[in-house]
Amino acid sequence: MADKAKGFFVTGDPLIYGADVAIVITLLGILVFLTFFKKWGWLWREWLTTVDHKKIGIMYLVSSLLMLFRGGVDALLMRMQLAFPNSHFLDSQHYNEIFTTHGTIMILFMAMPFMFALFNIVVPLQLGARDVAYPFLNALSFWLFFFGAMLFNLSFVVGGSPDAGWLSYPPLSELAGSPGPGQNFYIWGIQISGIGSLATGINFLVTILKMRAPGMKLMKMPLFSWSVLASCITIIFAFPVLTVTLALLFVDRFFGAHIFTATGGGNPMMYVNLIWMWGHPEVYIVVLPAFGIYSEVVSTFSKKKIFGYKSMVFSMMIISVLSYFTWVHHFFTMGAGADVNTFFAITTMAIGIPTGVKVFNWLFTMFRGRISMTQPMLWTLAFIPCFVVGGATGVMLAVAPADYQYHNSYFLIAHFHQVLIGGVVFGYLAGLYYWWPKMFGFKLNDRLGKWAFWTWNIGFYVCFMPQYALGFMGMTRRVYTYGWDMGWAPYNLVSTGGAFLMGIGFVFQVWQILYSIKNGERDLTGDPWNGRTLEWSIPSPAPLYNFAHIPKVRSDDAWWDMKEHKHGAASEKENKEFEPIHMPKNSGIPFFMAACWFVAGFGLTFEWVWVGIAGLAGVAICLLARSFQRKTDYYIPVDEIKRTEASLGRVV
Amino acid sequence: MKKHTSSYLWKVSALGITLLALLTGCDRRYLVFNPSGPVAQKEFDLIVLSAVLCAAVVIPVLILLFYIVYRYRDKPGNKAPYTPEWNDSKILEIVWWGIPVIIICILGVYTAKTTYSLVKPPVTDVKPITIQVTSLDWKWLFQYPDQKIATVNYAEIPAGVPVQFQLTSDSMMNSFWVPELGGQEYTMPGMAMRLWLQADKPGTYFGSGANFTGRGFAHMKFKVVAKPQAEFNQWAKQIKKSAPALTQERYDLLTKKGLAEKQSFSSYPESLFHNTIDRNGGKYMKPEMKHGGHDMSMMDHDK
Ligand code: HEM
Ligand SMILES: [Cu+2]
Ligand SMILES: [Cu+2]
Repeated sequence: MADKAKGFFVTGDPLIYGADVAIVITLLGILVFLTFFKKWGWLWREWLTTVDHKKIGIMYLVSSLLMLFRGGVDALLMRMQLAFPNSHFLDSQHYNEIFTTHGTIMILFMAMPFMFALFNIVVPLQLGARDVAYPFLNALSFWLFFFGAMLFNLSFVVGGSPDAGWLSYPPLSELAGSPGPGQNFYIWGIQISGIGSLATGINFLVTILKMRAPGMKLMKMPLFSWSVLASCITIIFAFPVLTVTLALLFVDRFFGAHIFTATGGGNPMMYVNLIWMWGHPEVYIVVLPAFGIYSEVVSTFSKKKIFGYKSMVFSMMIISVLSYFTWVHHFFTMGAGADVNTFFAITTMAIGIPTGVKVFNWLFTMFRGRISMTQPMLWTLAFIPCFVVGGATGVMLAVAPADYQYHNSYFLIAHFHQVLIGGVVFGYLAGLYYWWPKMFGFKLNDRLGKWAFWTWNIGFYVCFMPQYALGFMGMTRRVYTYGWDMGWAPYNLVSTGGAFLMGIGFVFQVWQILYSIKNGERDLTGDPWNGRTLEWSIPSPAPLYNFAHIPKVRSDDAWWDMKEHKHGAASEKENKEFEPIHMPKNSGIPFFMAACWFVAGFGLTFEWVWVGIAGLAGVAICLLARSFQRKTDYYIPVDEIKRTEASLGRVV
Repeated sequence: MKKHTSSYLWKVSALGITLLALLTGCDRRYLVFNPSGPVAQKEFDLIVLSAVLCAAVVIPVLILLFYIVYRYRDKPGNKAPYTPEWNDSKILEIVWWGIPVIIICILGVYTAKTTYSLVKPPVTDVKPITIQVTSLDWKWLFQYPDQKIATVNYAEIPAGVPVQFQLTSDSMMNSFWVPELGGQEYTMPGMAMRLWLQADKPGTYFGSGANFTGRGFAHMKFKVVAKPQAEFNQWAKQIKKSAPALTQERYDLLTKKGLAEKQSFSSYPESLFHNTIDRNGGKYMKPEMKHGGHDMSMMDHDK
C-alpha cells in the first residue's frame, strides 16, 4: 500500500511538497469559507450551473489568470535555473517537466481560455444579442476546459508531469521514451479541454452568423467580432486534427501500436506534420482576436473610424486561410526536400503581408485622430513595435536555409515569445482593461496600471532581446544547463532579470485588481470610454438579458451612430413597451458531464480501465439525462425587466 | 512629467541594448556570424539580406508610430488636423499592400535559389568525404566509411573538402547542428538524412544536438576539428593503428542511456550504420515515404 502510494504521489522534491501543502490548505480554506458563510447554494446557483455567457466569461478569465500565474512560476523557475552556468537549482528531469508544462499551460490553458473569456464577455453584447447560439453547450465547453486543465495540473503532484515538450514528438513521447502517466496526463488534459475548444469555435461561429441584431450586415459588424469569426473558422478546422493526433498517440501508448514509430511500419514524421497542422493555425487562432481588440481600442481612443475596415476584414480572412499552408516551416530541417521547403517558405513570408497591412491601418487610424493614453491604448501602443519586430524575425525564420541556423535555438524562443507575449498577451490585456468596466462596473486604477505596464514592457525587452543573441551564439532551446565556455552566461543572467521584472508586472496587476475592487471608479454611464459599438449602449455590468430592447443597427460603429444622430438606445423617445424575454435555464449537467470526463481521463491516464469506463459511462448518462430534459427555458416577466432597468438608472 | 522619465528610460535602454549587440556582433562567440565554410556563408548572407529587407519596413514603421503618437495625442491646444470620418485611401492601401509584396518577392527568389543549392555539394571540384552520424542517448557516434574508423563525441574532418554527413538516430529524434559550418538537419530513427558541410580553414567548431531528446540532452555537445588533408590522413592512420575496435558489444553499451567520454575506434561492425537504420524500421520504409523519394539504402534520398 505504502509502496503504491509512493508511485502515485510525486515525492522527493521540496517544491512539490510545498505544492502539496498549498493545495491542501487552499482546498480546506475554500471549503471552510463556503461553509462558514453559507455560500454553497450561491456558488451552485450563480456559477457552477450558470449558462449566462457573461458569467462563463468571468470564470474563463479567473481560470486563465490562475494559469498565467502557474505558467509564470514555471517560467521563473526555468529562468532561475538558466541564470548561471552549471547551476544545480533544478535537475534535468525537473527542468524538462517544467518547460513542457509551461508551454502547454501557456498556450492551451492560459491563452485559449483568456481568449474565450473575451469572446464570451464581448461578442453577444457587440452583436446586440441576448446570448450565444448554444448557451448549454457554452457552459459545457467551459467545464470541459476547466476539468481538462485540472487534470493536466494534477500531474504535478500525482503521477508525475509530462516531460517530452509541449508538442510531444515521438518516439520520445511514446511509451518507450516516456514511461509512466505523465504523457497520458498530457494527452487527456488536452483532449478533454480540446473538445470544449472545438465546441466554443462552433458556438461562436453560429452566434456571429445567426444572432446579429437586425440591420447588422456582416460588413457592418465590429472588427472584434470579425476577428472572432476568423478565429472560430480556424478552430473548427484545426482542433479535430489535434484530437485525432493525440488519439493516435494514445493508441500507440495504450495498445502498443506503431502508428508513430518507424518500427513496425509507422512514421514519426507523420506526427510532426499532424501536430503542426494544428499547432501552426493555433498561433493564429490566438492572435486573430487580439488583432480585433487592437482595432476596437485604436479606433475608440483615437476618436476616429477605423482606417481601411474592408482591408482589415480581408486580411484577417486571408490569414485564417493561409495559416493552413505554412505548417512545414516548423521543420524545414526534417528533409522534405527543396521543393517543399521553398513552397512553405514563401507561403510563410506571404502571411507577413496581410499582417503588415493591419499595422499600417492601425497607424493610419491614429493619424489625424486624437489619441488618449488610457490603459487599453498603452498596451496597444506597446504592442505595435513589439509585434513589428517579432513579425520581422518571423519573416527571417521563414527563409528556409537561414532557418537551418535558427531552428531549435534561442532565436526561435525569442521570436515566438515576442509575438505571443507582444501580440497575444498584450492584446488580451488591452482587451481586459478595455472591457473591465463592462464586466464589473468599475474601472481599474490607473497608477498601478502604469507601473504594471512599464515593468512588463521593460521586463519583456530585457528578457527576450538577449535570447536572440543567444540563438546566434548556438544556444539550443530546452538545455537545462550550460558551461562557462560558450560565453552564454551574461546574456542568460540579464534575461532572467527581465523575466523577474515581468513577474513584478504581474504582481502589480493583481494588486491593481484587488485595489480597484475596493476603490475603483464606478462606471454609472455604461459608456466610460465614449465607445463606438453596441456593448457600450447598455449599463455596466450588463443585466442578465443584456438588451431590454434588441437594438436596430443602421451603420457600422452602431452605438457611435446612435449617439451622433440620437436614435435607438441613445434616444429616450424611441423606448417602446417591454416584452417578456426568453432565456435558457441553468443546468448542472455541464458540470457533471465534464467531471465525468475528468474521471475517465484520470482512469485512462493511470490505465485503470474500469475507472475510465465508469467515467465514460457517466458522460453517457449525462447526455441521456439532457436529452430527456424538457423545460430548458423560461421567460423573464415584464415587471422584472422594468425593475431591473429602473435599478440600473434607465428610464422605464 | 512621470511619463517623460519612463519613456526616456525606455529609449536609453533600447539604445544601450542595440549598441551592445552591434559592438559585440563580430565577436567569435556569435557562431552564426562566423561562417567558416561555404554552406554557413550562404546561410549567413541570407540572414543579412533578410534582416536588411525587414529593417527596411520595420524602421519606417517605428518612426511613423512615434511621430503619429506624438503629433496626434489628445492634449488641449493640439493644433494637428483632426478628421474623425476619414477612413479610406486607395492610394495608401495600394502602397502598403504593394511594398511588402515586392520585398517578399525579392526575398522569395533568393530563398528558393539557396534552398536548391544547399542540397548539392558546396563545391564540385574536390572529392567529398562521407561521415555517418548516429545520435544515441546521449552521445554522438561518427563512422568514417572510407577510413573504416569511428569516433564518439568528436569528429575530425579535412579542411577545404565537402563533407557529406549521413544522419540517423538509434534512439530519439535529434538534430545535428554545427553553426559555424552550416545549419542543422534532423536525425531520425529508421531514416537516413543528408547534410552537406564544409570547413574552409582548419579549426575547432562547436556542435550540438538541437532537438530535445530527454534527460541527457543538454550534454550532447561535440567538437568538429578541421585539419589540413595530410594531417587528417595522419590522424586517421593513427586511430587505425592504436585505437580499440568498436565491437557489437561495445556498440550495445553505447546505446544504453547515459553520457560518454570522447572515444576513438579502429574499426566497427560491417554495415553498422545500415543495420541501425533497418533495425529501427528502415526496412519498412516505403519508397514514397523516404525523404525525396529515393532508395533509403542508397542514402541519397535527399538529393
Ligand atoms: C512571462 C514571461 C515568460 C517567460 C520568462 C518565459 C520563459 C520561457 C523559457 C525560458 C522557455 C524555454 C524553455 C527551454 O527551452 O528550456 C519557454 C518556452 C516556451 N514558452 Fe515561455 N515564457 C514566458 C511566457 C510565455 C507565454 C505568455 C507563452 C504563450 C502564450 C509562452 C509559451 C511558451 C512555449 C510554447 C514554450 C515552448 C516550450 C518548449 O516546447 O520548449 N511563454 N518560455
Ligand atoms: Cu508556424
Ligand atoms: Cu524522416
